[in-house]
Amino acid sequence: MRDVSELGDFGLSWLEGSGPHADVVLSTRVRLARNLQGHPFSPRMQDDERRRILDSVQTAARQGSLLRDGVSLDVSALVPLSRQVLLERHLVSRELVGEGGRETRAGAGLIIGPEELVGVMVNEEDHLRLQGLMSGLRLREAYAAVDVLDEELGRELPMAFHHEFGFLTSCPTNVGTGLRASILIHLPGLVLTKEIGRVLQGIGQVGLTFRGLYGEGSEVVGNFFQISNQTTLGKPEEDLIDHLHKIVQQVIQYETHARGVLMREAPAVIEDKIWRAYGLLRYARSISFQEVMNLLSGVRLGVSMKLLSGLSVYTLNKIMIYAQPAHLEQAAGRPLSEAESDVHRAAYVRRILGGEGELPDTSGDDGSEVE
Amino acid sequence: MLCENCGQNEAVIHVTQIVDHQLGTFHLCETCAAEKGFEPEQGSAGFPLTDFLAQMGQESPRPRTTAVTCEFCGHTLKDFKRTGRLGCSHCYVTFEEHLRSLFRRLHGGAQHVGKVYLPPDPSEAERHQQLSRLRRKLDVAVGKEDFERAAQIRDQIRQLEGTRN
Ligand SMILES: [Zn+2]
Ligand SMILES: [Zn+2]
Repeated sequence: MRDVSELGDFGLSWLEGSGPHADVVLSTRVRLARNLQGHPFSPRMQDDERRRILDSVQTAARQGSLLRDGVSLDVSALVPLSRQVLLERHLVSRELVGEGGRETRAGAGLIIGPEELVGVMVNEEDHLRLQGLMSGLRLREAYAAVDVLDEELGRELPMAFHHEFGFLTSCPTNVGTGLRASILIHLPGLVLTKEIGRVLQGIGQVGLTFRGLYGEGSEVVGNFFQISNQTTLGKPEEDLIDHLHKIVQQVIQYETHARGVLMREAPAVIEDKIWRAYGLLRYARSISFQEVMNLLSGVRLGVSMKLLSGLSVYTLNKIMIYAQPAHLEQAAGRPLSEAESDVHRAAYVRRILGGEGELPDTSGDDGSEVE
Repeated sequence: MLCENCGQNEAVIHVTQIVDHQLGTFHLCETCAAEKGFEPEQGSAGFPLTDFLAQMGQESPRPRTTAVTCEFCGHTLKDFKRTGRLGCSHCYVTFEEHLRSLFRRLHGGAQHVGKVYLPPDPSEAERHQQLSRLRRKLDVAVGKEDFERAAQIRDQIRQLEGTRN
């Protein structure tokens, strides 16, 4: 396969908007970094050796129960646009596909289980990056799922393990458990009340770290934050997971409190913000992704606080994914300039929101559809 | 080596910094380091700031690890300093002593206490160790009334017992 467009909604179960606290916690992700014995780490391997690794992982995946009936992709054989689509779906990392999806190493692979709750990236910086990905705050479940996948693959493939240092990884920041648990959380209340700095500082002090929407090195957009564990060695997996879970619950409490304060002190301002955001999304004719994300943040806040009805969290999540540049190009079937992309994006958002929400469709609105 | 900031003076301060899980090393002269707030004596004060490599330079020589090139993949200690990445699993043995002190600074410890790997063809001892670990995990799950997890662990135990000939 060279193109993922025929796979439709592939890999998007994690945004279905279910699970505990799904209006605040978009998703839970737990990954385990693993390497096979007897090979250099992926960045130091020759192309053909990496391809053999991908082969053997695909073979091992067919032996276990979790990936057997899933989708297996040779990411390096895909067209760059498809790689970007996978990146925009948070199924692969920037490290795996390279800048613009154009610098993908030979043997880079992705296998996702049939229910899309677990998967594995092959030949990222480590040979294997096992992932459990779920909607809402479900850390224990995501770890349990990826732990079983680890058992299954470890039975087929001899993993690099050191009695003192644990699972060995390309980067020393992942050694030991190889575990990085992270949750993607929406914190507009803390941003608006300017409490966010203090909360993020606190997160740093308890051994956790935060990043933007797309993981390592990425900016914060739309008031979304990724919170994850910083250290991987010296504590058992369950403790790392429980600690993160505890802190995230606290952050949710702070966020809830901040929203309460906003509604008590400036209800009209907040309501206005939310409806303006909705109005812009509903009627704009050209819009950047950054702006969509910022407006969606307002609308999500409105839905979560029941100030806006008739819209589901799932719809908002879907816009976040499909309004991205590669998704728009894939839908258009041709490359789009930035200006064209903004027009296509506005049309897409209008169409999706036109199907839901309180406002009636005004006449002539959909006659100007670009696609 | 010249300072990476001004390119004028000799670099005397080497700062290893972790930003977004990328390990980077900066080589700075005394003036630039002071400007950027890295004091030579600061040590690991501002976690996650570390000056692991500076410390490595000072506390050497370490007689037991004279090897600086991994014999399996050819990665050198210099490569590691430059990229922040190891080349292969054998590098962990080659650079063991250096890594141990790095791990203490990065993770607060150097001893893995989590999951123990059981190879595809385990020895009886390894199987035994794994079974007792899983039984402990099962007790914890039952204690937390996490019965779904308990059932999973029970399956793992059964599977492991089943592989005994
Ligand atoms: Zn200088
Ligand atoms: Zn090596």
